[in-house]
Amino acid sequence: MIPEPWAAIVNAVIYLLLAPVVGGLIAGIDRRITARMQGRVGPPLLQPFYDVGKLFEKENLVVTTTQNFYVLSYLVFMAVSGALFFSGGDMLLVIFAFTLSHIFLVLGAYAAFSPYSHVGAERELIQIIAYEPMIIITAAGMYMVTKSFYVSDIVQSAVPIVLYLPGVFIGYLIVLTIKLRKSPFDLSTSHHAHQELVKGVTTDFAGPNLAKIEIAHWYEYVFLLGVVYLFFGFNPLLAIAAIIIAYFLEILIDNTTSRVKWQMTLRSAWLVAGTLGIINLGVLYYLRMVIVP
Amino acid sequence: MSYLTKSPWILHYDASSCNGCDIEVLAALTPVYDVERFGIINTGNPKHADIFLVTGSVNEQNREILKNTYDQIPNPKVVIAVGICASSGGIFRECYNVMGGIDKVIPVDVWVPGCAARPESIIDGVVKALGILEEKRKAMKIPAGDTA
Repeated sequence: MIPEPWAAIVNAVIYLLLAPVVGGLIAGIDRRITARMQGRVGPPLLQPFYDVGKLFEKENLVVTTTQNFYVLSYLVFMAVSGALFFSGGDMLLVIFAFTLSHIFLVLGAYAAFSPYSHVGAERELIQIIAYEPMIIITAAGMYMVTKSFYVSDIVQSAVPIVLYLPGVFIGYLIVLTIKLRKSPFDLSTSHHAHQELVKGVTTDFAGPNLAKIEIAHWYEYVFLLGVVYLFFGFNPLLAIAAIIIAYFLEILIDNTTSRVKWQMTLRSAWLVAGTLGIINLGVLYYLRMVIVP
Repeated sequence: MSYLTKSPWILHYDASSCNGCDIEVLAALTPVYDVERFGIINTGNPKHADIFLVTGSVNEQNREILKNTYDQIPNPKVVIAVGICASSGGIFRECYNVMGGIDKVIPVDVWVPGCAARPESIIDGVVKALGILEEKRKAMKIPAGDTA
């Protein structure tokens, strides 16, 4: 069922306007909680907005001007994938746009000549390879439960999706660590000081370009946590509680683990997708096809 | 008040310091001083930095690196010479390989005294640098406005 067009457009516009605000606040809360976990006071809540404001005041230093194009494409496609998601669009299309936006980030990093930027780009590619199967399995699992790939149908479904997809949910939370650039899987770039080969994938982006990458991260935060919401769509209060707990767990994992090598990242992400994800889908298929035809 | 003064990101370079000043710079990041309260981040990347914080005197080997790193920081930017060696060469001034203070190679905006410089005086130097950074931003904006 295709969603009613006007509501979809309104939702998309609300997302495009509010997601950076919400995402920036999440980043601010994240930094404060992280600081408290490390025994520090931490920056003001609005610090991420100050940072981005500052970056727009700086000179736009680029190695090649194609970087500007790639970064803008990264931001635009990230916003588009989130807007498609919140307008109730096709989950598969959302995932394709989401992946495409990251490919633009990788291309932008490859466009610069610095070896640090290239290492960051390679690691970003490895991260994409690592989390992609689990994201696809998440969409497939939601289809098996609700019989629809449309977010508008999935969110309105009265079925407690998380009870049908516990393995997929845990698997999604694990790849969420990769996606939120949290330790132990923050291979390509990290928000922590001096944990990085210069600054990984963002090494050669300065000023306004870096600001656009940050804003794209904020869009990404809201979209990724929106997927957590879908698992609990039958009860909005429970869904919001689940989002808060999930994000808090991510911060806790971030501050209690050290970074692993890329082989370990790839292995653990695929292991999770291969066991929790596939077994969950297999059991679901068996229940649907054999027990209750 | 611009955003620049609320979010100064620092690049720390050890020219040829004895590590005394470096340890004090890093001490400023610990929970005791926690400079992230003021939005200050110690970044490892010149392209993300606003404040170039240099410890130790400059020598013939690293003058090029110092200059190159300085050139990679996008405008507006300020340079802080931390400790007596970065300011004038200190006790290493007479060495055959030492050129002297870092102002022999790059323009310095703030000199922080001490051997080693105390974390309090380093933070004080950064706060002084923020004022200069703001002036530089305004100076950068005016010609751009005229041409437009």
